[in-house]
Amino acid sequence: MEETLLDIDMQEKEEYIINMGPQHPSTHGVLRFETCLQGEKVKYLIPHCGYIHRGIEKMCEHLTYPQIIHLTDRMDYLSAHINNEAVALCIENAMQVEVSDRVKYIRTIFAELTRIASHQLWWCAFGMDLGALTTFFYGLRDREKILDIFEETTGSRLTQSFNTPGGLMSDIHPNFQKRIKEFITYFRKKLPEYDQLLTGNIIFRERTKGIGMMTKEMAIDYGVTGPSGRGSGFHCDIRKIAPYSAYPFIKFNEITLTEGDTYSRYLVRIAEMWESLNILEQLVDNIPQGSTMLELKVIKAPKGEFYQRVETARGELGVYIVSDGGPSPARIKFRTPNFSNLFVINKLAAGHKIADLVAISGSLDLVIPDIDR
Amino acid sequence: MAFLKTIKEVGHYFYEIYDGAASLVRGMKVTGSYFVRPSSIVTQQYPENRATLKMFDSFKGELMLIHDENNKHSCNVCNTCARKCPNGSIEIIYKKVEGADGRSKKILDKYIHHLETCSFCGLCVPSCDELALKFDQKFELAVFDRSKLTKVLNKPGSSSKAMKE
Repeated sequence: MEETLLDIDMQEKEEYIINMGPQHPSTHGVLRFETCLQGEKVKYLIPHCGYIHRGIEKMCEHLTYPQIIHLTDRMDYLSAHINNEAVALCIENAMQVEVSDRVKYIRTIFAELTRIASHQLWWCAFGMDLGALTTFFYGLRDREKILDIFEETTGSRLTQSFNTPGGLMSDIHPNFQKRIKEFITYFRKKLPEYDQLLTGNIIFRERTKGIGMMTKEMAIDYGVTGPSGRGSGFHCDIRKIAPYSAYPFIKFNEITLTEGDTYSRYLVRIAEMWESLNILEQLVDNIPQGSTMLELKVIKAPKGEFYQRVETARGELGVYIVSDGGPSPARIKFRTPNFSNLFVINKLAAGHKIADLVAISGSLDLVIPDIDR
Repeated sequence: MAFLKTIKEVGHYFYEIYDGAASLVRGMKVTGSYFVRPSSIVTQQYPENRATLKMFDSFKGELMLIHDENNKHSCNVCNTCARKCPNGSIEIIYKKVEGADGRSKKILDKYIHHLETCSFCGLCVPSCDELALKFDQKFELAVFDRSKLTKVLNKPGSSSKAMKE
């Protein structure tokens, strides 16, 4: 049947606004998408954030530098260690001290374990968003092994607060290396299961291939970093561009794919888990001897402005400290990856069905407390 | 040629059906294999296993002041832990007493830990020069009333090791 003018007119009128969130399970936190729908298709959407704003940047102005560390755990709680590391590195740069190689190696091992744990949780939650509940249990089962390694050394499972300006809170547990080697062999066997369960699955492939196309230009325009940006061929791995900690000592590949759809963002994360296992293998036997804590009498940044960026599991985290020479910063700004990654969603979801919006927002791997801070 | 193309398309159509079905079977095989290997199941029966469930030694549970067998702790009221705490969770109430040498000394009256504002960052324990603090392995910290979270850490009748000398 031919479309009459009346039908087109009706279509334009038949748009309605629906709120997805703030308590929607697939937004993984308190985020609200104000979605304009036309039929089942998304016309445009506006993300509303601020539901879990805690004013971390303002709170930091009243805390001393070592005390700031524990607040950064609560931003991107799935890469808590890497957030800690960013602040610690920034303060160390400001004070012009260098930590021992032992600290660098341990920090990098922790960072890579954090990255694997984060991608595991993302993988299982992403599968769950798309209706595959099995993945949730398989991902969490393997993640538990990493959390045990964290708990044995740091005493906490998620918010470790293990870094401190000038080193680490404590030395590693004697079992640390043994457990990591066990985990590497264990997880090498379990990762192919992930592919069998989800990557190859026909329903999953149909729901992700060609959905939410992000071009390289779009990624650069919006500042989409991390695996989401690398899925579009944007070379944005800070570990390669500006190596920090032990990354200059090791060999690894930056994983980039050029398709730019939800499926390629998925594949980047799976490949990053393999790559992180390789990095761990290079590091775990070569931890040098040395002290884990510099003897710093006072921790004060000199007057000036300092910036440090690191690669978290979700992209580039920048820490910008403005110091007036006191024991606490005059102003601190966190450039969090999720805040930049979120706002591209309007471009990605427009024209797709509302069920695909779940897949797209899942593939960006959003952690809401990191957006609001 | 058109005929060949049609055959190719039909072949591709059936291949996709086969591939899709095979991918579902592959996935089911993974889950099914755990049915016949119950030894690889990792879930625990909590709280039935409470007696055997043990946390790691470094686990950050509830904060505690270490008391020896004579009910003595080693806190000398230097207030470092309270200053290091980012949330102000530690409150130390002390009395001033005239010592034997005529100088006034601080005696610990109450070492209060506000568990409700504690974020378990662990800055207090290494800050103590006397090694008077540690985290214990207790992890079931939920209570029904907020007032129960204000804990007095020094035991009744306890005294400081430094006071004896």
